[in-house]
Amino acid sequence: MTPRRMPGEAIANISRRGLLSGIAAGSLILAIGLPAQAEEEKFAGEGMANGLREDPKIFIAIAEDGTVSVISHRSEMGQGIRTSIPMVVADELEADWAKVKVVQAPGDEAKFGNQDTDGSRSMRHHFAVLRRMGAAARQMLEQSAAAEWGVPVGEVEAFNHAVLHKASGRSLDYGALAKAAAELPVPAADQIKLKDPSKFRYIGKGETRLIDGFDITTGRAQYGIDTRLDGMVYAVVARPPVFGGTVKSFDDSETLKFPGVLKVVTIDPTPAPAAFQPLGGVAVIATNTWAAIRGRELLKITWDDGPHATYSSEEHKATLEAAVRQPGTVVREAGETDAALAGAAKRVEAEYYIPHLAHATMEPPAAVVRIVDGKCEAWSCVQSPQATRDNLAQRLGIPVENVTVNVTLLGGGFGRKSKPDYVVEAGLLSQAMGGTPVKLTWTREDDITNDYFHAVSMERLEGGIDADGKAVAWLHRSAAPTIMSIFAPDPKQEAGWEMGMGLVDMPFDIPNLRIENPQATAHTRIGWFRSVYNIPHAFAVQSFANELAAAAGRDPKDYLLELIGPPRKINTRDISVAWNYGEDPALYLLDTGRLRGVVEMAAKASGWGRELPAGRGLGIAAHRSFVTYVAAVVEVEVGEGGSLTIPKVDIAVDCGPRINLDRIRSQMEGAVVMGISLATLGEITFKNGRTEQTNFDTFEVTRIDAAPKEINVHIAATDDYEQPLGGVGEPGVPPIAPALTNAIFAATGKRIRSLPIRTQAA
Amino acid sequence: MAITLRINDVEHTVDVDGDTPLLWVIRDVLGMTGTKFGCGLAQCGACTVHLDGTAVRSCQTAAADAVGMKITTIEGLSPDGNHPLQIAWRDHNVPQCGYCQSGQIMQAASLLKDTPNPTDSDIDAAMSGNLCRCGTYTRIRAAIKQAATTMVGAQ
Repeated sequence: MTPRRMPGEAIANISRRGLLSGIAAGSLILAIGLPAQAEEEKFAGEGMANGLREDPKIFIAIAEDGTVSVISHRSEMGQGIRTSIPMVVADELEADWAKVKVVQAPGDEAKFGNQDTDGSRSMRHHFAVLRRMGAAARQMLEQSAAAEWGVPVGEVEAFNHAVLHKASGRSLDYGALAKAAAELPVPAADQIKLKDPSKFRYIGKGETRLIDGFDITTGRAQYGIDTRLDGMVYAVVARPPVFGGTVKSFDDSETLKFPGVLKVVTIDPTPAPAAFQPLGGVAVIATNTWAAIRGRELLKITWDDGPHATYSSEEHKATLEAAVRQPGTVVREAGETDAALAGAAKRVEAEYYIPHLAHATMEPPAAVVRIVDGKCEAWSCVQSPQATRDNLAQRLGIPVENVTVNVTLLGGGFGRKSKPDYVVEAGLLSQAMGGTPVKLTWTREDDITNDYFHAVSMERLEGGIDADGKAVAWLHRSAAPTIMSIFAPDPKQEAGWEMGMGLVDMPFDIPNLRIENPQATAHTRIGWFRSVYNIPHAFAVQSFANELAAAAGRDPKDYLLELIGPPRKINTRDISVAWNYGEDPALYLLDTGRLRGVVEMAAKASGWGRELPAGRGLGIAAHRSFVTYVAAVVEVEVGEGGSLTIPKVDIAVDCGPRINLDRIRSQMEGAVVMGISLATLGEITFKNGRTEQTNFDTFEVTRIDAAPKEINVHIAATDDYEQPLGGVGEPGVPPIAPALTNAIFAATGKRIRSLPIRTQAA
Repeated sequence: MAITLRINDVEHTVDVDGDTPLLWVIRDVLGMTGTKFGCGLAQCGACTVHLDGTAVRSCQTAAADAVGMKITTIEGLSPDGNHPLQIAWRDHNVPQCGYCQSGQIMQAASLLKDTPNPTDSDIDAAMSGNLCRCGTYTRIRAAIKQAATTMVGAQ
């Protein structure tokens, strides 16, 4: 999700090292700009900061006992990447899965290439590279065996962790060949022979056990919060309750009397825009976490609440409403929208609202940092280990080569752990303690009240249909504070890459359409949340499609297909869309045929059109995000007082070639639950600049009793592994909320346009 | 104050304030990190352990109140990590991030002890205090049913 290379925008320099250069200019260009001519455009992994590395000698090690160690340079947060990376390498390497282990890379992009684990990119960007590295290592083993036997390399073949010479019946296992193979040069790129996909043993098979499954189920798995070092002390921080606030004064006399409290330390606030640097505040350091928490309760702090002291969600909602009722910057236009709306047989208008959301990873942000002889070492649950390293170096004044960031398992990420402010806090506290290892834990209250929140949003749609019910005009105004507000001073418009998430790349075949982006102001920290701006854009577009269907008196699924139109392959640049998830628009075309395909797949699997008892309904929605196509059909039962039961969800996904089937399924299952959670319960509201929610009692998330009873995942099949891959971690989320509200409409006739639903279906 | 806790059949004497939640004694003082911190408010179940075989939230249990009781954490659920629930969890590839799963498994173990053949509503009632933000609920349900079948079959 990190915006690091956006074709056509000068914000390509939002690298973590030169954070601010060029943003102010770039943020005015929006999505319409043409690619900068001076710089050759790079896409996919090559377009990321520090690009890709392809060196099997870095990523693969084979021990003399035959154990194959594969580096995971991507962070594991539940998407299964620590299983999927070794799977791909092991398959091309012809390795026995039982002898494969994974080694987590520290943050070092000069060595490993880009490590930002976000944007549903890990397998999409690295599959081809991982395959080639596994194949290269296999060929090196074959060469060393051929040399050992003095036979042509063409006569030997690697198979299941050994190299065989059929003619003589000889074989040598990988352990015996490892040393000699490691001495050989890596085959040149044009000499690498990939396996025929028909011979894959792990890729696309879906039978691979999770590599961390045993450790997780026995409590051995180590998350950031589980790190322990000798002599370690424990800290929590009291942060400003209002974004931009500062400590005016504080009294720590009671705190220091509490048994176990060692020290109270202030952390200076970072002037806005603070990017990934800390909010500042007062830290309590103690002999255990509990003493630190109790000590913090005894602090008497007077805050200066700063410029956002009056932020109120209720008032801000009205501000956003007013904004979308006026024209905004036009970001895509075709035909004569105003005339077509005026001349339509029927006009429909609707406004959709989604509040701020908190990530609420089950493991709250946590980190351990120590400083020894001027060298800083961190252990933490981070999605962005190099950014963590750079931010530590910058804030602590330690050269980056003297900063090591060890990546633990992440107890959930969802975008929160792309922002390593908490590791920097731990670094500052270790520095204040003379280098002593400090474990910093964010309590749940800290996590809910000081998150980088998902943006609040207001979307206004106006549509016109002709006498036959056909959509002839579409006007969409989208207003939401931008994530760029953490990187630049007070930007007011969505960035091009934010609008590229389901707003300007809206796929419907409507002759007259205009999309506008009125201004919005950020009054809190805004950050990436799983699937990001696709959430409000898909909610609005897919709800409104359903509203037009109702106005036309048509079946919602048939009407959705009609809106999508006939199968066509669109270069997103041709419809003013600069951002295509960082992918080459000529390679990753917007393929409405594939979108139709998932709609039909989900509809068929759900038994679309079947008779349902009173109070039950089916709803459908479809969305392309992270260059993957997803459709969902939700079945809902609306009970007394608007209570919701979800007997079944069918979700269809076309992500191109499929690597780890089980993890594609699990990511879609999880996305369904997260989508249901944000649709039914999720809400962060502000009053006097402070969140009104503090923990899971007030920021509610879906529990097992309200989760769908059945989730069926349907994955489009392709055996062509040359096709480009789509993302998997995020694209399941966006269609869920509109599919659910569309189902509620089918069940009750009640239209829900403002999330969360809570009891609105009553 | 010095208190003695019996955890996974081993006695530990620790010097902590008696009000200190059992969670922090287990994690910070004794260094057993399988039991997780999630909310500190008994809202999420990540810290679930057994006291005399029954699931409790260790973040809301004062260490002093656990004296004299048999405390079991995820590390002590089975000697080899092969409790039927742990096996079922792995068979179904239940975990995503895995952070909540210690608590889920401990809660499920308590459920199956009292209700060897749980219905869906038994599972809802027993497990709804355990949050999973990754959304593994359908697999948790399936794994509990598998473990129940194994355990009943073994008796």
